[in-house]
Amino acid sequence: MRSPPIPEMATQEVQLNETLAHLKTESDTLKTKLEEERAKLHDVELHQVAEKVEALGQFVMKTRRTLKGHGNKVLCMDWCKDKRRIVSSSQDGKVIVWDAFTTNKEHAVTMPCTWVMACAYAPSGCAVACGGLDNKCSVYPLSLDKNENLAAKKKSVAMHTNYLSACCFTNSDMQILTSSGDGTCALWDVESGQLLQSFHGHAADVLCLDLAPSETANTFVSGGCDKKANVWDMRSGQCIQSFETHESDINSVRYYPSGDAFASGSDDATCRLYDLRADREVAIYSKESIIFGVSSVDFSLSGRLLFGGYNDYTINVWDVLKGTRVSILFGHENRVSTLRVSPDGTAFCTGSWDHTLRIWA
Amino acid sequence: MSTKTPSSSSIAQARRTVQQLKREARIERIKVSKASSDLMRYCGEHAKNDPLLMGIPTSENPFKDKKPCTVL
Repeated sequence: MRSPPIPEMATQEVQLNETLAHLKTESDTLKTKLEEERAKLHDVELHQVAEKVEALGQFVMKTRRTLKGHGNKVLCMDWCKDKRRIVSSSQDGKVIVWDAFTTNKEHAVTMPCTWVMACAYAPSGCAVACGGLDNKCSVYPLSLDKNENLAAKKKSVAMHTNYLSACCFTNSDMQILTSSGDGTCALWDVESGQLLQSFHGHAADVLCLDLAPSETANTFVSGGCDKKANVWDMRSGQCIQSFETHESDINSVRYYPSGDAFASGSDDATCRLYDLRADREVAIYSKESIIFGVSSVDFSLSGRLLFGGYNDYTINVWDVLKGTRVSILFGHENRVSTLRVSPDGTAFCTGSWDHTLRIWA
Repeated sequence: MSTKTPSSSSIAQARRTVQQLKREARIERIKVSKASSDLMRYCGEHAKNDPLLMGIPTSENPFKDKKPCTVL
């Protein structure tokens, strides 16, 4: 007679499988319930409510400045709070600080890696942060002395286990928020390099993030290759809300100026608007003729216009409320990879794989 | 008949997913009609201060070039 398998192990295996199956059923039920709750409040579409709003007229926006100097694709840019300086980073490993009024280069740093995918200006205007394939985020204090070697004062702050995709100072020069190809976001203390909080929940590379505009909000949104946009509580590390309606990677997320909504741009060629209090997508900005991915999005100061930089070299300008396109801008000779509106809303800057940056107004 | 024994991490992950979904289900939501009218009101209140929306005179926009001066 064959001896039966060890009874305790067989029972335990069955129990674990039952537990897993039970948890899966529970999460499926919860997901369905979540969708039902969201659907109950979907009483109207944003563009229907916006029918009574006056339509926008013609927009004439042109390239007012072209910033030349990078030797390869421009991957990221950020404005200084002084509304005239810009930091940009490139595949060639260079990070350049420009005066956008005069187009002069004020500082240049060569990073030890190529593909510097992220850069950010510190709120004080006295430092910049950047990183990419080196898996780190480093902070460079900007010196008034043009001859000083900026690389000498470099401070390594963040360490991820894969590429750095985005970085952003919080309300001061003291803390930096990062997102990475390792699937996480993290909050760091600049002075000590200490990890203050990490944010787990994306199932793939995190490509972008944006901090909520209010100083009291303490939340940020991230977007990733898992097609999800997640809203996080910075203090607890918890994911508060999650949105999964895009059909491909989310390359860019940006808060609406009131902080009650955010826009996203994706490889699925659409931009979308998600309202945080309604907890759902409330608008899609798309056209059948637009088939290339969106790399970056930003709002005008009032939130009425949404600018999108696309992989087909164009910029599409959308009426956020009515959902229609109001303008299409040409000029770049390759993909638009990054786009930000200036702090006072007088212009916006785009960076491109054509090695240049352009200021539009 | 024997299936792979689930690892403790996959069960922990499944538990975390359930907890996360419970948290998300609990949040308070408002109707899209209310959310939309709030977005519209914000746009309306700030429209006149939006240079890219309203367009501002060339003389006030540092990026728009003023007419070149000729030195006689």
